[in-house]
Amino acid sequence: MNAIETKQLTKCFGALTAVDALDLTVREGELFSLLGVNGAGKTTTIKMLSGLLKPTEGTALVLGHDLLTELNAIKPYVGVSPQETAVAPNLTVRENLELIAGIYGSDRSRVQRMLDELGLQKAEKIKAKRLSGGWQRRLSIAMALVSDPKLLFLDEPTLGLDVLARRELWKVIEGLKGKVTVILTTHYMEEAEQLSDRVGVMNGGSLKLTGTPKELMETAGTESFEEAFVRLAGGETA
Amino acid sequence: MKRTFCFAKRNLKEMVRDPISVGFGIVLPITLLVLLTIINSNIPKEAQENMFAIRLLAPGIGVFGLSFIALFAALLLAKDRGSSFMLRLYTSPMTGGNFILGYTLPLLPMGVVQLVFCFAAAIALGLPFSANLLVCILVCLPIMVVDIAIGLICGTCLNEKAVGGLCGALLTNVTAWLSGCWFSLDLLGDGFRKFAYMLPFANAVDAAHAAVDGSYADIPGKLWVVCVWAVGLMALAVVLFTHKKKLK
Repeated sequence: MNAIETKQLTKCFGALTAVDALDLTVREGELFSLLGVNGAGKTTTIKMLSGLLKPTEGTALVLGHDLLTELNAIKPYVGVSPQETAVAPNLTVRENLELIAGIYGSDRSRVQRMLDELGLQKAEKIKAKRLSGGWQRRLSIAMALVSDPKLLFLDEPTLGLDVLARRELWKVIEGLKGKVTVILTTHYMEEAEQLSDRVGVMNGGSLKLTGTPKELMETAGTESFEEAFVRLAGGETA
Repeated sequence: MKRTFCFAKRNLKEMVRDPISVGFGIVLPITLLVLLTIINSNIPKEAQENMFAIRLLAPGIGVFGLSFIALFAALLLAKDRGSSFMLRLYTSPMTGGNFILGYTLPLLPMGVVQLVFCFAAAIALGLPFSANLLVCILVCLPIMVVDIAIGLICGTCLNEKAVGGLCGALLTNVTAWLSGCWFSLDLLGDGFRKFAYMLPFANAVDAAHAAVDGSYADIPGKLWVVCVWAVGLMALAVVLFTHKKKLK
């Protein structure tokens, strides 16, 4: 079964078309990365698929439900970690997780599990605003996972993190493969290559092509994934 | 309901962990109470002026102090709206009603705490303690809801900077002038008086006075106006929040 099937999904902001007739299919359990330069339409796509923005045209089936007419049936099964760290600053790590678990009606044991799985135990009594950027990101992802979602949106989850913190988060994300469908946006090519089952390259609101990292390198005729991205996203020919 | 309580618990923690705001809401009404009582004690007895008598002043200042609740509500909501944390909550199954009730519930006990401190100070300044004070706190619940709803409407429609000005300065002044909390509205003329009694604040002060005096029969005639405003403004807050939250 497909976790996501978009049909001509389009979002316009006035005269600007941020996402243009997107046809995208993401399979269940797949880790799919959306790549593109700034303004390519990645975040707008995620915002539409997570119910934060209304499509101007087109629609999507998310977990088998229509995005436009059955959003309430989709929401309980979707986790989102927005681009900016989305935590309640005056709550502790544990309280943040308990809040989200309570809102989604999740089992309280999930809180302890997230603390354990994401290595947050030693920070559980610290207020979120006192955490470093890396730990806040980690908490933000834990909050997206505590509801045991079937579909997880990670919008640039490692943005601004140092290389060690990024590698640690990669391990967490890799651990999700096969269990949760993950849609990831990132500017880091190494991250996309390492983590993704498939990637989609967006440019100017359109999906240029999809495939495994290896397939994209073959299409672009390059040895490195970053070079492939530059050619495909930038419109250069091989 | 579970979602609402979880969110209300979070909001209570956010407020309690910001002691400056809580302290401001408690200290300012008490300061006013003390200052006006000092003024009252310096008015010559032959003037026969009882405007600042503690029996009248305490319920009035109590109602006035509750206008700070609007400021708390507005600031909390406006701050949340500007954060990614709210984006996360918008993707959750929470409804507009869950949000508004979740903001309202923790503010009610905060309003009660404010009134308890206000009346405790009034007792220290000479107000006789009686069960009527407890009734007065109950009578003040609808005006608390009015203030919370106004705060939530402002927090829904305005940004953090704007609500500080609107709720912090304008609303507290409007409450002061239109409630007759420390002066008689008769002093401002019949037209102003009529206008003030179309709004909830003066009716709430009168109901609070009646409660403190033990004139319970006079309470419903004033309180129904406050209740109508409370229900109307709260409904408006839910509608506006839901509209803002809706997919754009």
